[in-house]
Amino acid sequence: MTAAAAPAPPPRPGLRRRFNKAVPWLLLAPGLLWLLVFYVLPVVQMFTYSVSTGSIETGFTMTMSADAYVEALTKFGKQFLNSILYGGLATLFAFLIGFPVAYSIALRGGRYKNLILFLVIAPFFTSFLIRTISWKILLGDEGPILGPLKHSLGILPGGFSLLGTPVAQTAGLTYNFLPFMILPLYVALEKIDPRLIEAAADLYAGRWEAFRRVTLPLALPGVFAGSLLTFIPAMGDYINAELLGNPQTRMIGNVIQNRLLVQNDYPVGSALSFILMAAILAAVALYARALGTEQLTG
Amino acid sequence: MATNAPATLPVTADLARPRQPLWQRIDRYLLPLFTVLAIGYLLIPIAVMIVFSFNKPEGKFNYAWNEFSIDGWLHPFDWPGLGDAVVTSLLIAVLSTIVATILGTLIGLALTRYRFRGRGLLNGLIFLPMATPEIVMGASLLTLFVATALPPLAGSIPLLYPTGFHTILIAHIMFNISFVVVTVKARVQGFDRRLEEAAMDLGADELTTFWKVTFPLILPGIVAAALLAFSLSIDDFVITNFVSGTTNTFPIWVYSIQRNALPVQINVVGSMVFLGAVGLVLISSLRSGGIPRLR
Repeated sequence: MTAAAAPAPPPRPGLRRRFNKAVPWLLLAPGLLWLLVFYVLPVVQMFTYSVSTGSIETGFTMTMSADAYVEALTKFGKQFLNSILYGGLATLFAFLIGFPVAYSIALRGGRYKNLILFLVIAPFFTSFLIRTISWKILLGDEGPILGPLKHSLGILPGGFSLLGTPVAQTAGLTYNFLPFMILPLYVALEKIDPRLIEAAADLYAGRWEAFRRVTLPLALPGVFAGSLLTFIPAMGDYINAELLGNPQTRMIGNVIQNRLLVQNDYPVGSALSFILMAAILAAVALYARALGTEQLTG
Repeated sequence: MATNAPATLPVTADLARPRQPLWQRIDRYLLPLFTVLAIGYLLIPIAVMIVFSFNKPEGKFNYAWNEFSIDGWLHPFDWPGLGDAVVTSLLIAVLSTIVATILGTLIGLALTRYRFRGRGLLNGLIFLPMATPEIVMGASLLTLFVATALPPLAGSIPLLYPTGFHTILIAHIMFNISFVVVTVKARVQGFDRRLEEAAMDLGADELTTFWKVTFPLILPGIVAAALLAFSLSIDDFVITNFVSGTTNTFPIWVYSIQRNALPVQINVVGSMVFLGAVGLVLISSLRSGGIPRLR
């Protein structure tokens, strides 16, 4: 477990040992450098721009002005709330759908286990954008679902529509990130030793009791990972809001995109992204503490 | 045997099969039904994509079914810019996969096989890009690239602005590294170090041991990591959108065209990618005798 890979052959101290000590850093250097330059440095630059003033023509100077943050928080509170609301709803629905699915694959899958898992990840073989466009086709006013319901079955009034509503947006978000919920839940449930559940039954726990006090606590790491993997991308998403929602349901991603790519407003765009990142990191930390799974992230 | 009896002795049928408690019925009927419905929810948009690739849309938007046609499949790249975008996507996916897999594997090896100061910090740094929303990574990369072109730096760091193919590649390598590290680490952790010791007891030096014992054993982890990196890269839209400049990858092309037209070719290319990927998985599972386990 300790020190270098090899139980050091004939001890040749000096140069050789120093080289052995450097080995991990030689292995790390290129990737680490890449992450420092293209992950850490950009975040630093983004922070700098968020406290700068200026324009794309004249360049931005760091003035430590908080104007961008004030504008971000006062003007776009609604979009922040939308992100939390729709991201949260998508995570909740993904959990409600994903848990039973993961449970039945892990504990009842039998010989179909791999086939079902394959079907769960199959959506990843299609582009995220195309899947969302497919939802637009599906939920369209005269599409394969609403069309028949309106005309041949006559259940719904002719003017009924789903596209451009919070319902469509939530359905799209839930759909797009559902596999991210199912897979970690599956991994956690699959690890559970069925004998533990039997033991609970032997000790006179009912099915529900055994589920609540044995299965669920053991699945918590999966719940933790799954809900983060769903919530983080769902909260930052802007495609579902743009293709399936309406101007009232726009999320913070839509604003960031617009400020940076359309208006070249780097201070406000950076402030918005910075707030989003800080909020998510804070939420992750709180959530980890609440579930008592801090050690999982390390 | 007992279950056959009621057929000849219908009177005792109710006695032989006592009423199942609620939980058991949920377990036996509701759970499978629910799972089938959920899988349906996951697969329906894919079915729509494939079905609508055979549509002959009325007008420019492929939103409503009109009539069956194989035109799209006969001319899959027949739309200005589409072919180039697909080629760009493939090139970036291949290149970023190669670089990220090498860099990530090296980090994964270092993290699992050596103890050194700053290891915890490094684990945190690897975790961060996976916990950061894509939009934040895209936005921050854009600010960095733009900053190299504006005062006070203005031009002192060449090549990063205007953004284009190279900046997309930089970004894809960046977000892929963490996923590779995590996947490779999982494989190396389950690795029996005694195998290496045995090789060295038998006279192999460190390098030979690595190439003849270690590498073949962790190769499946590296391949899995590369596949993951490839699929993340070829599908990425959010980050790419910030750093692509005027270069189109397939998702960027789809996004920019979908406001003005929705050609059937989008569905055709999407279906090709889907069927190709499924085909690859099926072939590899036939060869290894089962769909590869996820763990």
